[in-house]
Amino acid sequence: MTTLLTCVPRRARLAAARLMLSVGLLAGLFIGLPAAQAADPIKVGILHSLSGTMAISETSLKDVALMAIEEINEAGGLMGRPVEPVVVDPASDWPLFAEKARELIQQEKVAVVFGCWTSVSRKSVLPVFEELNGLLFYPVQYEGEESSFNVFYTGAAPNQQAIPAVEYLMSEDGGGAERFVLLGTDYVYPRTTNKILNYFLESKGVAKADIMELYTPFGHSDYQTIVADIKKFAIGKQTAVVSTINGDSNVPFYKELANQGLKAEDIPVVAFSVGEEELRGIDTAPLVGHLAAWNYFMSVETPENKDFVAKWNAYVKKHELPGGDKRVTNDPMEATYIGIRMWAQAVEQAQTTDVNAVRQAVGNQVVRSPSGFDISMDAKNHHLHKPVLIAEVREDGQFDIVWNTEGPVRAQAWSPFIPDSAKKVADWTYPWVCGNCTEPKFKN
Amino acid sequence: MKSDRELRQRIETERNPLLSIPISLLFLSLILLLGLPSPPRASAAGGDLASLLQGLGAKSRRDVRQAITALGTLNDPAALPALEALGDRRLRIDKAGLVYIKGEDGSLHDALSGATVALDEASLRTPRINNAVRRTLRPVIAQLQLSSLDVAVRLAAAEELTKRPRPEMMDILQAALDREIEAAVRDILAVALAQMQLQSEDQTVRLAAIRMIGESGNLGLRPQLEALVATNEDGSFAEDDPEVRAAAEAALSSFERTQFLINSLGNLFYGASLGSVLLLAALGLGITFGLMGVINMAHGEMLMLGAYASYVVQGIFQESFPAWFDWYLAVAIPAAFGVCLLTGMILERGVIRFLYGRPLETLLATWGISLVLIQSVRLIFGAQNVQVANPAWLSGGIEVLYGVVLPYSRLAIILFVALVVGLVWLILQRTRLGLQVRAVTQNRPMASCMGISAGRVDMWTFGLGSGIAGLGGVALSQIGNVGPELGRLYIVDSFMVVVLGGVGNIAGTVVGALSLGLVNKLLEPVAGAVLGKIGVLIFIILFIQQRPQGLFALKGRLAES
Repeated sequence: MTTLLTCVPRRARLAAARLMLSVGLLAGLFIGLPAAQAADPIKVGILHSLSGTMAISETSLKDVALMAIEEINEAGGLMGRPVEPVVVDPASDWPLFAEKARELIQQEKVAVVFGCWTSVSRKSVLPVFEELNGLLFYPVQYEGEESSFNVFYTGAAPNQQAIPAVEYLMSEDGGGAERFVLLGTDYVYPRTTNKILNYFLESKGVAKADIMELYTPFGHSDYQTIVADIKKFAIGKQTAVVSTINGDSNVPFYKELANQGLKAEDIPVVAFSVGEEELRGIDTAPLVGHLAAWNYFMSVETPENKDFVAKWNAYVKKHELPGGDKRVTNDPMEATYIGIRMWAQAVEQAQTTDVNAVRQAVGNQVVRSPSGFDISMDAKNHHLHKPVLIAEVREDGQFDIVWNTEGPVRAQAWSPFIPDSAKKVADWTYPWVCGNCTEPKFKN
Repeated sequence: MKSDRELRQRIETERNPLLSIPISLLFLSLILLLGLPSPPRASAAGGDLASLLQGLGAKSRRDVRQAITALGTLNDPAALPALEALGDRRLRIDKAGLVYIKGEDGSLHDALSGATVALDEASLRTPRINNAVRRTLRPVIAQLQLSSLDVAVRLAAAEELTKRPRPEMMDILQAALDREIEAAVRDILAVALAQMQLQSEDQTVRLAAIRMIGESGNLGLRPQLEALVATNEDGSFAEDDPEVRAAAEAALSSFERTQFLINSLGNLFYGASLGSVLLLAALGLGITFGLMGVINMAHGEMLMLGAYASYVVQGIFQESFPAWFDWYLAVAIPAAFGVCLLTGMILERGVIRFLYGRPLETLLATWGISLVLIQSVRLIFGAQNVQVANPAWLSGGIEVLYGVVLPYSRLAIILFVALVVGLVWLILQRTRLGLQVRAVTQNRPMASCMGISAGRVDMWTFGLGSGIAGLGGVALSQIGNVGPELGRLYIVDSFMVVVLGGVGNIAGTVVGALSLGLVNKLLEPVAGAVLGKIGVLIFIILFIQQRPQGLFALKGRLAES
């Protein structure tokens, strides 16, 4: 515009500018306003670390959330309104998660937030969501022992991942393990999961002496001693390792397993935090046969999954995301995708984005998942009913499914194996209306 | 050579009855090639084999395992290719249940005759196996491999059989032992056999078996001896024969000694190996912080850049020179050194030289630089970790004693660090640059007066320190993660090593790193990894309080001033 106007005298230029301004204003008054009202976007918060240690895992959750939102917008948005993602970066800094969550709800006025990965980040945003009556969809497998009115958990609870995995290891097909090493990173998720597993194994008649519990700090990179210890511990009885090692410590751990020649058929390692994304950093040839338990694998052979993977590949290509054709899909990405679809359905049903109305509508919502099941949200405990899959690592870094449940399994928010939590009930419907009560809040 | 031929003869005489099968198969494939209508599959044994092979393609994994076990009982080496293919996922099944093997070149062969067949691979199924199938498969493959002509194959097979011996293999093992002429294989086979002989009726056989197991030093067999000396619940011995019990006790006590040796040797090696990693990470800092006194918070990022340099070189080799892939490290090492040397020199000229003598500002500025470097790498390569594959010769390890595996990558790093330390020492002590570096470190104004360009020396010293950090990065890429945050993991450890060793000399850094590694690894089995790390930190705090100048202090007036 300026280049066009430079040769015109200054006065004329000003006049032209004035004219354009008023035309613009008029247009805004008569045409723009009704249009803007109809297309007033629905804001959606995305709260995933894009820097810091968790960026490795969380970046692709942000990407898949944006993909799902783009998909909704291409189909005409929700209630005729476009969905606008608001992406913030809490930088793997747990207190910052709470600040960013507050910013999203109070300043950006988002209708819903999809986010968090580590349990510690979820615990830090929880009071914010409860105080401001926000809505959070949490997409990662976790230790359970929690249920919030303001959170929908789309990842697995322990009975949808850890317990079936250990049962498989004890079965004839899984190798009939009699001795267990519980190995994890030292923080809340592994400690709680191992506590549940300890009680569970005890109930199955495994002696205390046949369970070894080991923890390493975050970012631990030298697993020589630990792998040697596992080898020694395994002498005499069929042993399996249950690994809750989180983040990038998995790479040195698996490399050490391979170097010390610990083969899956001798001592299988089943991991709860290792998926396709984590294996991208490892040469998987020596790890063939080690296991992972999830509710979804990229290698699931269903038309729904073929579609999901194709959509993801197209999205990566279109937006030229780093990693290119090496990008993979994994379980938390599927959980994020299901969560967004579910929320969108609930909004369409409720015909509003109001948190209370949407929360009502999310319960009992059903979504056809990439894993090929009709997945429903439990209105009582806010957890998804999910199928459990157990798979072995393949040479190409993908998984070969060796065991799965017939259909989706209901989540147990409170583990029945821990005596204290066995009594608690998570039920957000009348007359309970409570996440951790031993008796209903309303009695007639 | 001669022994090989001898063995071949012996094996062939052993296998004489079976010889007819390969010949008949050859004949069969000839007929097939000529396009004649396919006749029923040869002899009775051959037919049995064929139907059992078809069992490998069964839908249920239990049936697959039964087929494998049956093939083991049949003990026909002709089944070996199909079994191996099953383990490597190269086995294919067609709709009729016939079994084919996919070759290395992608062509399909008949599982029995080995004849190439022209079939559309898309119409074939790959049987799914799991650990339970593999566990059944390994001993059977090993058992069939015992008649291999290759000594190494027989050795590996014998070792596999020691791990999971199956009672029904006893006669086959005995036969293999009788015809075996290679002493190393015989020894291992005898141990495998001894495990089965423990249950023998004959007392002398049992005693010999116990002695054999005791001498093998194979701690994996310990529970079998313990079972012999165990007591029942009512206090009586599980084993009636007192002589057998006494022999088992003796063998067990010899295991105790081996166990102690293994533990100490293992801890020593793990300590040395952790120490060498720490040393590689800290050596560059020993120069930039130790000699120059620059509190270089961006040191970790130099390690990270070195690791990424090896990632890039690896990528180039994968793309352009796949044949030379195993040797990409030879290019990655100078490349990483070069990249980091340059980055270091630019940093020194661009930022750090304006901040000499102001430690607080240096700390902040280098911290800022480290953030810039991390974020730039994240923008270029993505936030995800990248995969740096070990060359084949760095994967795996050698088992020196039962349970003590020395991984090649760790051995290589120990060797590499020795080389780098030697090189740094040579540069500092034997070159002109080294002389100038030492002069400037000790007395900058005096060195300037003598005509040394202190600024240029600073630039080269900082570059050298950064370049060595880059070398450390190459080594770290072989054992751990390569991601933008790589440096963060090592920066604290690096400072710990340099401070513990004593600021200002390289020998201190070497001793500091090795002792930290050892202390850490000695504490870990006792206290666990988390407490062990805390223990090390407390140890350092106490040590620095007692001896603030570190292990090795520079002596002389200047150092004290």
